[in-house]
Amino acid sequence: MASEEGQQHPLRIYWIMWIALFILSGFSYWTDFWPDGALRQTAILTLMFMKAGGIVWIFMHMGWERLALKLAILVPPVFIGVLIWLMAIEADYTFLTRIEFFGESTMEPQTPHH
Amino acid sequence: MSEAAVTSSGDVLPDGTKGFVEDFSADKQAFQVPWGKAMMWIFLLSDTFIFSIFLVSYMKVRMSTTDPWPNPSIVFGLEVGGVSVPLLLIAIMTFILITSSGTMALAVNMGYRKDKKKTFWLMVATAALGASFVGMQAFEWTKLISEGVRPWGNPFGAAQFGSSFFMITGFHGMHVSAGVIYLLVVANRVRTGFYERRGNNYEIVEVAGLYWHFVDLVWVFIFALFYLW
Repeated sequence: MASEEGQQHPLRIYWIMWIALFILSGFSYWTDFWPDGALRQTAILTLMFMKAGGIVWIFMHMGWERLALKLAILVPPVFIGVLIWLMAIEADYTFLTRIEFFGESTMEPQTPHH
Repeated sequence: MSEAAVTSSGDVLPDGTKGFVEDFSADKQAFQVPWGKAMMWIFLLSDTFIFSIFLVSYMKVRMSTTDPWPNPSIVFGLEVGGVSVPLLLIAIMTFILITSSGTMALAVNMGYRKDKKKTFWLMVATAALGASFVGMQAFEWTKLISEGVRPWGNPFGAAQFGSSFFMITGFHGMHVSAGVIYLLVVANRVRTGFYERRGNNYEIVEVAGLYWHFVDLVWVFIFALFYLW
């Protein structure tokens, strides 16, 4: 057993985290109105990691766990970066091969209307 | 066959089945948490990889298609009073899931305070919010299907859009649905005093909470990478 009381913390930190999640999600939604580009993509990813970090650290109590559990759970996902890198290379190659053999897309997509 | 294993204190360990059982029941503990919590974390780690594989394959098909990708903020937009609001339903779903994460965090806290009644009602509120999330997702699926979006093609652009959408949101929705059932089962046991009789121990509420927060966590990634990107 970790400690007798388990993961018990003052309520205040949950309220702060909760409000922070609402504000950050509001910002995330706001980025949808920005023009496409590097700035918007950076903002989307930054907000995503801030929210994810808050959920794992505060709501899932990872910040209060011992280092053994932290490392066992948080280190393996880092290697997903390798998969992302490999698949990005592969996607680039597939895209160029398709352009080479099939040419540019001739598709004329409709605009959704609700 | 290998040499008989000897421990540092000089004891000879048995071989074969008996040795296997002794090794696995050896008095070694790496994680100083209740076993239920350690196992939930390990399950969530494996689930992280499953969702990562879905999202990475979505990245791969989106990068490699030569057809234009449908604009999610228009595809998922809703018309309110004649004005088209981009991504409206998705934004509402996001806020519902965040709200449910907050009620769950409070439920865990009330569990550790041995406040049965508050824990029960907060868990029921969490499950209700989760169920409404799934309901909105069903509405979203119905809308897209009626507009002609299929796993093999759609009128708005690259065919891979449909397969990625149904796969990723479907698997996430399944997790939410399972979570709602899980929360209701645990909430009912809180109500009937099942945990009270077992040493007044509400750690299972925290374990259920881990699962629920994870579902919210996955949604953060889906929202950013699929809907906003």
